[in-house]
Amino acid sequence: MSNLEILEKFKPEAHNLLMILHALQDSHPENYLTEDAMESTARYLKMTKSSVYGVANYYTMFSVKPRGKFIIRVCVSPVCELLKINEVIQHLEEELGIKTGETTPCKRFTLETSECLGQCHEAPSMMINQEVFNHLDKPKIKAILEDYRKK
Amino acid sequence: MIKETRITLKNIGKINPESIEDYLEAGGCEGLKRAFTMDPVSIIDELLEAGLRGRGGAGFSTGMKQRFTSESCRQCPQRYVVVNADEGEPGTFKDRLIMEQDPHLYIEGTIIAAYAINATKGYIYLRGEYQESIDKTQKAIESAYARGFLGKNILNSGFDFDLEIKLGAGSYLCGEELTMLESLEGKRGTPRIKPPFPAEKGLFGLPTLVNNVETLATVPPIIFHGKEWYRKFGTERSAGTKIFAISGQVNKPGNYEVEMGVTLRQLINDLAGGMREGKKFKAALLGGAAGTFVDASLLDDRMTYDHLKEKGATLGSGAVIVMAEGDSVFDILHNCLRFFRHESCGKCVPCRVGTSLLERESLKLRNGHPDKKALLQQLVKESQIMANTSLCPLGQSPILPLESAARFFAEELTA
Ligand SMILES: Cc1cc2nc3c(=O)[nH]c(=O)nc-3n(C[C@H](O)[C@H](O)[C@H](O)COP(=O)(O)O)c2cc1C
Ligand code: SF4
Ligand code: FES
Repeated sequence: MSNLEILEKFKPEAHNLLMILHALQDSHPENYLTEDAMESTARYLKMTKSSVYGVANYYTMFSVKPRGKFIIRVCVSPVCELLKINEVIQHLEEELGIKTGETTPCKRFTLETSECLGQCHEAPSMMINQEVFNHLDKPKIKAILEDYRKK
Repeated sequence: MIKETRITLKNIGKINPESIEDYLEAGGCEGLKRAFTMDPVSIIDELLEAGLRGRGGAGFSTGMKQRFTSESCRQCPQRYVVVNADEGEPGTFKDRLIMEQDPHLYIEGTIIAAYAINATKGYIYLRGEYQESIDKTQKAIESAYARGFLGKNILNSGFDFDLEIKLGAGSYLCGEELTMLESLEGKRGTPRIKPPFPAEKGLFGLPTLVNNVETLATVPPIIFHGKEWYRKFGTERSAGTKIFAISGQVNKPGNYEVEMGVTLRQLINDLAGGMREGKKFKAALLGGAAGTFVDASLLDDRMTYDHLKEKGATLGSGAVIVMAEGDSVFDILHNCLRFFRHESCGKCVPCRVGTSLLERESLKLRNGHPDKKALLQQLVKESQIMANTSLCPLGQSPILPLESAARFFAEELTA
């Protein structure tokens, strides 16, 4: 779907900005908001480009830089910290060969951190795109990544 | 041995959340039907006298808030209801349970609230990461429209109400009601100055009622059964039941709905299966990052808004993060301070500078400092200055975990 086709699913009203940015970002294989996407949005909503960019930059779920096909968001909030999320991050970094904040050279995975994902009763937790994973440990992480490498 | 009292969670695990038929069969929408036989003012009075207080954290009277919103700006062309479904307080996962497993219930509560204050449009500001909640809520809204519970002339009452989802995008601060309104208008999530409150000048400058998911999900049973029935649960000033989200070092972490006034010991032992691997209780962080640490001396105190406040603790969102002997209070405290630094919007100096300073300086408690006692005192003092001078409640929050940790665990923190 082109950017314009996505835009036209929403009324051209400023309050739709976040919904539009979500839709545009989700439609991009590299999970980010391109310069072009933001420009078209500004034109469509009759807003300045800087206010669109300002919003895109403010919210942590949006990215203005290319990312991997799969965004891994690891929870670093208190309960996950208590239940050893640091080890989980270490395993992920080793398995993927990247540091937190980076994207694998094959453009498949981006490793990010997140605040509490609301899964605390099954911590430690992470998400990959829309999917939630709980009770993480080394073997589980290996299996999950194995799965996603095939997707 | 205490047991759960399920009022808000009564359908959980018993109905298919994707089937409005299931919901109706379990008594769904009876509250709404009853509401339409009452006039709006008496709905507000009912909630006021039932003693329901906001479950989003602040504990403000739900009926009172509705009254303010319905009475402000009589000539305004429109009023709004905004559902706070942005659950982001660390350690809190109760609204998610309602949204995933009984979404029709909080939608029903939203329609009743809208009718009470005469709002014809509502938004659910839902956390962008909560995909399953988004899907289930969307489906529930669609079936509610199909069945005539939303839209024009709902159940032939003459009342019109439209409801739609708006997604957040990963900002804790947007859970704060005025910031949420900015975000809903399509802007960066930075707070507005209070007053005016949303009841006077809310979304698009019009009177707006902002309520938490759990609050709204408790409205239908109260309207259906009446205030006297609800008052039978809980205590005089903290009426009814509350969902506690227990996590950490317990055997059965999860959401438990209990009457207000239970003790932490009862929660842990009777409901959450006791301490994990028989470990010894050390501390609990109540209410999340913007919450307070308590130690074993509070295990037998009644958990109500007012009693905990007297003890210098908070009930907040109902998050209970349990720590055991061997866990580091410093690590969790530092995590909270890191969290505030990360979520500060940077609009005002005390919070922008203060949250960075607290995160950085507190590390010296672990990494060595010639006078740790003085340092800890200094940190508490800084957070007090922030509490007095910050623009919004986020900058006023770090004092909560910091001061309480210093009170109960000074020895450990300065060792
Ligand atoms: C920084 C901050 C974050 C908040 N996050 C939430 C939240 O995620 N969910 C919520 O219901 N209330 C949250 N609140 C409280 C809301 O501002 C507001 O009090 C609540 O939505 C009112 O609804 P209630 O009266 O039904 O509790 C937050 C407040 C602050 C200051
Ligand atoms: S207190 Fe913090 S979050 Fe609130 S306006 Fe100031 S900088 Fe922003
Ligand atoms: S603290 Fe990690 S999911 Fe809540």
